[in-house]
Amino acid sequence: MNRTDAPRVGAPDAPAGREPLQMVSTSQATLPDTVRRLMAENHPLFIGLVVEHPTGSPPPHLQYVWMGPEARWLLVDVAMDGAVVPSITPTVFAADWAEREAEDLFGVNFAGHPQLGDFILHDEDWAERLAPMRMRPEPPAHGGGRDPYEPPRIVQAPGRFVMPVGPVFSGAQESVRFLLETVGEEIMHAHVRLFYKYRGLEKLMERQTPNRAVLVAERVNGMQAFAHGLAFAQAVEAVAAAVVPPRARALRTVLAEWERLRSHVGTLAGIVESTGLSVPANLLAAVEERLLQQSARYLGHRYLFGLVALGGLSRDPGDDALHALAEAGVEAVAAVQAVCHRLTFDNSFLDRLEAVGILPPPRAATLGLVGPVGRASGAPADVRCWHPYAAYDQHPVTPVIESEGDGYARFRVFRREVAASVDLIQRCAASLPAGPVQTPVPVVPGVGLAAVEAPSGALAYWVRIGSAGTVDRCHIMTPAFLNWHGLADAVRDFAFQDFPIIVSTLGLSVADADR
Amino acid sequence: MPWFWEGLKTGVRTLRPGAVRLPSGVTPGRPTTTAVTARDRFDANICPVGALAGRDAGVAVDFDHCIHCMRCQPPKAPVHWQNDYRWAQAAAPPLPHRFQRSIHVRIVDAGDCGGCLSELRQLLGPVYSLHRYGIYVSPTPRDADVLLVVGPVTVGMRVALEETYAAMPDPKRVVAVGVCALNGGLFADSFAVMGGASRVVPVDVTVPGCPPPPLAILHALELVTGLSRETREVAES
Repeated sequence: MNRTDAPRVGAPDAPAGREPLQMVSTSQATLPDTVRRLMAENHPLFIGLVVEHPTGSPPPHLQYVWMGPEARWLLVDVAMDGAVVPSITPTVFAADWAEREAEDLFGVNFAGHPQLGDFILHDEDWAERLAPMRMRPEPPAHGGGRDPYEPPRIVQAPGRFVMPVGPVFSGAQESVRFLLETVGEEIMHAHVRLFYKYRGLEKLMERQTPNRAVLVAERVNGMQAFAHGLAFAQAVEAVAAAVVPPRARALRTVLAEWERLRSHVGTLAGIVESTGLSVPANLLAAVEERLLQQSARYLGHRYLFGLVALGGLSRDPGDDALHALAEAGVEAVAAVQAVCHRLTFDNSFLDRLEAVGILPPPRAATLGLVGPVGRASGAPADVRCWHPYAAYDQHPVTPVIESEGDGYARFRVFRREVAASVDLIQRCAASLPAGPVQTPVPVVPGVGLAAVEAPSGALAYWVRIGSAGTVDRCHIMTPAFLNWHGLADAVRDFAFQDFPIIVSTLGLSVADADR
Repeated sequence: MPWFWEGLKTGVRTLRPGAVRLPSGVTPGRPTTTAVTARDRFDANICPVGALAGRDAGVAVDFDHCIHCMRCQPPKAPVHWQNDYRWAQAAAPPLPHRFQRSIHVRIVDAGDCGGCLSELRQLLGPVYSLHRYGIYVSPTPRDADVLLVVGPVTVGMRVALEETYAAMPDPKRVVAVGVCALNGGLFADSFAVMGGASRVVPVDVTVPGCPPPPLAILHALELVTGLSRETREVAES
């Protein structure tokens, strides 16, 4: 095999016409020029870098994936014909971490990248140059690490010191380490050290049947399990060109919005909690718990595990349950809006969010931020509009966009999206088609690429099914992986006391990045 | 001050301890060992994690592996689902009597997907209000009596977990929260996962579930203190 197969994308019943996937094959030497030319033509959203290493068929291919409006994908395919690949990070800064990941997990050498080395496999636990994703069939054991990690020193100033925070925190928080460089009160540079929780899920999914791997996909990020399961299922369905029944598509829309509602209420509660206002924080947390209880009552699981199935949904909750969900959503949004409305008159709240953690639109575009965080900085990307999946073609979404890019803009985006989600749930629940909720999905070999708008942003799955009917390669391109990249910018020049508030307004999940 | 009045106006949102009927949805429920007559209709392979086993008289469920995927929920399988939450099991005696009224817990996320941590946050939140039982989350391991571990222990979190345990004074207890912390769960076979907290620290109390609901985690903490509350509540079905 000289070149990898082009992935199948999108829904097979989408209107025919323009090719949804533009695949540009290039050589290593011409890669930077090709990317520069493509970026000048249009400004799509960088999603990820897939390293395809088909079993027993070198050379590996690098496939850079972008997403554009009107259901367009852009794929730059590079067959590795030399030991060192020129980095595209100087042109596309959003690809920074994706290239670091490819270096760490696949042993790809990049030239011209600003910072390589210790990233996913921490130096203190793993030997250098392991490239575990490249090893078949068995990945390596850990051990052979070296001395404690020394972060690169960015700030060169008298009195400079590093304030380490984490990985274990004082509450129920996810494990991540922040190394904050400072000379006193203000954060001059923040190193975000993720991947303490790296679970090797992409490797784990290999050789599992899709029907089993979907359970792992749900648990990549338990807080957004439905979005992950859905993206994985859509990728497998794209390979098989399976047509999901209309009722399942409508229900998937309702459940995806229900998850967004719950997730955003949790994020809002976290933002308010970080500002120290315990009464409104508790009011919002009570709404979140109520939504969790209603999830279990009407859908069977508090976090919607087990609902997505290949070809639709694992079961039909029934019209009554969905109408009850819609009502519960209306009730929840009324409670949330009442609290948020009062907060907009609370100086002690506004002072902590306004003009804090600013990501100006040009910077957000450079960083390639996605989801509510990107939309608060004027980036219009919303997969539901760009690549309508499930029933979003019948129930179009207007992206919620703010332009200030500060903490308060993000708070407003989360708040407005809560209302928009409930509105969409109501519209969908009012016109549910009848019929089955699942169609059999034949397992055929091939590559599928699918994206959904998870509560925190664009989430894409690249799934290659092998001839044995099992997953040969799965690459999970998560919104948190893209958005954590922006944290250092958001906190720069703000005081230490603002740090937890800025982190909370970004609504980032560690598990989502540490897959 | 306005928020203070707002809080008073809202009233109590906390579940009453000892309430006989709890709102449905506080637990996702789980399959229970069931006697089946039409055994030929039952296929243990529907369980993706091998937690179901056909026995002569029915279906046995291995709770330590069940991940609530609901693939065995009726009518797909003749397995009875039960809406309880007293799921925890203790392998060690409770802490000495003087800890009954107040304990401090330290939470370590050893690779959690976010589900168990979220349930812990709910437990600390207004509806379950853990503080009213005298159970506090400690900002330092030096003051902690109980270590709550969530998630399969990843290679990256192994040292942090070991050091947290070592920093805690005796007597201490370790609670493994969720199937992942029990045995690695779905992640057990990954090369980057140690597979269960007991590979790194001695585990005294286990609470299965994916994730275990807040009340199940509370049950585990009851086993640690040895102080059982009114716990005959049954969730509405």
